[in-house]
Amino acid sequence: MNTMSKPYRITRLIVVATFLMARPGGGAVLPDDRADIFYSDYKGGGMDITGESVLVRKKFSENFSVEANYFIDKVSGASIDVLSQASVIKDERKQKNISLDYIHDKTQYNLSYTDSSERDYTSNTLHFGLSQDMFGDLTTISLGFTDSRDKVGENDGTAFAPKVEWLGHAESRSYQAGLSQIVTKSLITGVTLEVITDEGYLANPYRSIRYLDPTTPLGYSLASQVYPNTHTSTAVETRAKYFLPYRAAASLSYRYYSDTWGVHGNTIELGYTQPISNLWILEGRVRHYNQNHATFYSDLFPFAGSQNFEARDQDLAAQTNNTFGLKATYAFLPDGWKIFKRGTVTLDYSHIQFKYDDFRNIKYFNDTAAGGNYAPGTEPLYSFGANVYQVYISMFF
Amino acid sequence: MKTATKLGLIAAVLLLDACSIQPWVKPYERDRLADPIMSWDRDVISGAYVDHIYESREGSRGGTGAAGGGCGCN
Repeated sequence: MNTMSKPYRITRLIVVATFLMARPGGGAVLPDDRADIFYSDYKGGGMDITGESVLVRKKFSENFSVEANYFIDKVSGASIDVLSQASVIKDERKQKNISLDYIHDKTQYNLSYTDSSERDYTSNTLHFGLSQDMFGDLTTISLGFTDSRDKVGENDGTAFAPKVEWLGHAESRSYQAGLSQIVTKSLITGVTLEVITDEGYLANPYRSIRYLDPTTPLGYSLASQVYPNTHTSTAVETRAKYFLPYRAAASLSYRYYSDTWGVHGNTIELGYTQPISNLWILEGRVRHYNQNHATFYSDLFPFAGSQNFEARDQDLAAQTNNTFGLKATYAFLPDGWKIFKRGTVTLDYSHIQFKYDDFRNIKYFNDTAAGGNYAPGTEPLYSFGANVYQVYISMFF
Repeated sequence: MKTATKLGLIAAVLLLDACSIQPWVKPYERDRLADPIMSWDRDVISGAYVDHIYESREGSRGGTGAAGGGCGCN
């Protein structure tokens, strides 16, 4: 189970993002033909994850286009709560996606399929969406449905010939609705609603709860997490983007999140885009996120089985994170070359600082200033910083 | 005529009227909105990747049209 650290399925599609965020200029038009090569590196919290991707999008008529994307990411190291169980797993995930777009009059249809596989996790996702321009193309309404089927396993961590025990299946359905509205000659706004329901094996097999156990030297023991078999979440995001008088853009978005596990989250993001001549686009963004903990989360349970459902997954802990990001895009080949009309190269750097309010760093249980052990539940709260680098080349043809 | 019927008729008239709304921003006035810097998400892979990073670390998910596949449990 590669990549970052998610207790439950992440099974929606790349295409949803572009599909729900309707074209700012209005009017149903297929996106440009393009080919992208992408590289990323995430370092933080004991993990190093590299990602490589290629994407090709091609129009076959004014009404029909195909997009294919291949993404592979490789992880080494492990997050703190996995490390606390002395399990470091190297893994890689391969994701293949094909997406078809068809436009008829003012309606755009999208159908896509994604296959994601790693040694201990497989996911198959089908998405259908449509968007409709109306009211003189000032308004675009989008609707989408996504169905995912996952198979969940656990890797025993053996270095060269790991064994995978398959634990169960999970199904996820996502319903999306979006509205994009041109307000003035310089302002566009949008709102997106997404409801996701999951059912099946939703726990993260690599995480454990801990509970007080005076019979052990550490004063606690670890045990398996027990998650509910269902999960339903609702997220609403509103956003606005404004074209400034001197050719620059400022954006603002806010998202509210709520789910049946008792998690409520708030995300606010500010962005600024500044082109320099026709060669450079410089962008900056800041993002703030906070959430409370899930109802069945605890850093330290009084005893094993003290609740029906028990989790100690850092994703479900009360937390705050802040992001600061910079991005520079350089345009080259302004006169084109062979089949290409133009190209861009982009460098993107983000720093994310994570801070947890009730998730403790038990890796350092014996590192008190006096050289002794921390009593269970008094360890330092966990926090870490992550650096995210992206480099990609886009060729338009 | 019942109140519900009246309200239905009024709603139908309003909807029909909405169909004839004249765009207050004319197509030839949308050059700023059509500028690439006004795009919500110019780079598909990057946008999906960044969303995936957050979804893998946070309890929240969805609403951004986000992305990815797999569990990411390590």
